[in-house]
Amino acid sequence: MRAVITVIGKDTVGILAKVSTLCADNDVNILDVTQSVLQDMFAMVTLVDVAAVDDDFAAFAEQMRALGEKEGLVIHVMHEEIFNSMHRI
Amino acid sequence: MLNVSDILETIKMIQEENLDIRTITMGISLLDCADSDINRSCASVYDKICRKAQNLVKTGEEIERKYGIPIINKRISVTPIGLIAGNFGDDVIRYAGTLEKAAAEMGVNFLGGYTALVQKGMTAGEKALIRSIPQALSETERVCSSVNIGSSKAGINLDAVKMLGQTVKKTAELTADRDCIGCAKLVVFCNAPDDNPFMAGAFHGVGEGDCVINVGVSGPGVVRAAVEKAGDCSISDIAEIIKKTAFKITRMGQLVAVEASERLGVPFGIVDLSLAPTPAVGDSVAHILEEMGLEVCGAHGTTAALAILNDAVKKGGVMASSRVGGLSGAFIPVTEDAGMIEAARCGALSLEKLEAMTAVCSVGLDMIVLPGDTTAEIISAIIADEAAIGMVNFKTTAVRVIPAVGKSIGDELSFGGLLGGGPVMKVNYVSPNRFINRGGQIPAPLHSLKN
Repeated sequence: MRAVITVIGKDTVGILAKVSTLCADNDVNILDVTQSVLQDMFAMVTLVDVAAVDDDFAAFAEQMRALGEKEGLVIHVMHEEIFNSMHRI
Repeated sequence: MLNVSDILETIKMIQEENLDIRTITMGISLLDCADSDINRSCASVYDKICRKAQNLVKTGEEIERKYGIPIINKRISVTPIGLIAGNFGDDVIRYAGTLEKAAAEMGVNFLGGYTALVQKGMTAGEKALIRSIPQALSETERVCSSVNIGSSKAGINLDAVKMLGQTVKKTAELTADRDCIGCAKLVVFCNAPDDNPFMAGAFHGVGEGDCVINVGVSGPGVVRAAVEKAGDCSISDIAEIIKKTAFKITRMGQLVAVEASERLGVPFGIVDLSLAPTPAVGDSVAHILEEMGLEVCGAHGTTAALAILNDAVKKGGVMASSRVGGLSGAFIPVTEDAGMIEAARCGALSLEKLEAMTAVCSVGLDMIVLPGDTTAEIISAIIADEAAIGMVNFKTTAVRVIPAVGKSIGDELSFGGLLGGGPVMKVNYVSPNRFINRGGQIPAPLHSLKN
């Protein structure tokens, strides 16, 4: 199963590193990354393979949320299917 | 790769605009639980519900975790008890106790189906069931009751309408110590749908299969935000925006419904495309109407705005789901909608305006607090009026009113939770007694010469 991680917040050094480290720690493979910095706002969307945390997806999402809170960012992890079903016919 | 702005839009809908799945409702047929012995019948009702629904709440929570979408309620609807209960007289109340026990065991917050379908006539058993409703609703917490008293094909059973006025009144009296909450669990229908997942009017119709999963979506906050973002555009554009938003909301419902049905091994029934408000700020149907350009909900123009909203929600939703049913449309429950509560408080929204609104949206006079001195006949007459709108227009209408014992204009009731609370509304006291007491059957309308 694949999921989408979105990171939004003020641009600081090492955001991508922190998120990808947490992914690596959980055996979550990063498939695609797009990011943009608008003025000083940072927005990153990452497509990941979460097969390794399939059973404990909620815990992984919670870890990401907590990381966001610590770093002053808003991080969401959601299943890819939601976006596909909502925005594609 | 997905479009970033689409992803952010979805996240915003869930995080800030209260998008959620309102309910996953499992419909269970109890037709095979009928028995000449009430003990055996109740035992098999309990067993069947517990067998079919044992994984319902767990599965709902799993889906919630997997997708990160809040699923607010997991509920059960069953075959109308009036159909499976023989003539057990006052003992019929034992079914209510059985349903309550099963609902508690399964961990669901509401179970609907303490129901009788009496649009054309009442059996002795159904009469006994209707008589037992006040006691059943006062002695149980989770059981919901509904009675269908009319249809476009059968007309309106005025004898039943008369009984229901008294039933509503008595239910309020028996639960007066709890803000008359019993009445919030009793719906009187005309043209009741067989596959409605929303409480308190849910039941599992006779034409349905053995077990089915129906899903109700919500999202007034999302629609309001979309209309707000559109700014000063024409009403055609507004209709288009609502359609697109409803499509997205319903797609999520469809996704969850299919997943729930697969995980539970139960056929997928329908997605109900309703805009169901909650008392939470930002989750109000009234606020959508106000965003469309009305100063306060209840102003002249409200019926037209609601008609656009209701139609656009259906058009967008039908495209998004393979099977649509239930009540599908905009709900206008006064006490459950922050904007409606405000409009009722300031006097902009009257009972008569609400009645007009019900002619163009789903359901009917819903969660309206009436003065405590409203007579049973007036409540019956309110039911008759509402049923007539449904009967003539081939649509579902319903009445769920709460005569607040000992309260009058200026007082408020508070139920808490999704049921909310609200002010006592003005009622017209001119007597309809002679009309209601005539009894008999209001004939079904002519189905041609439509003008």
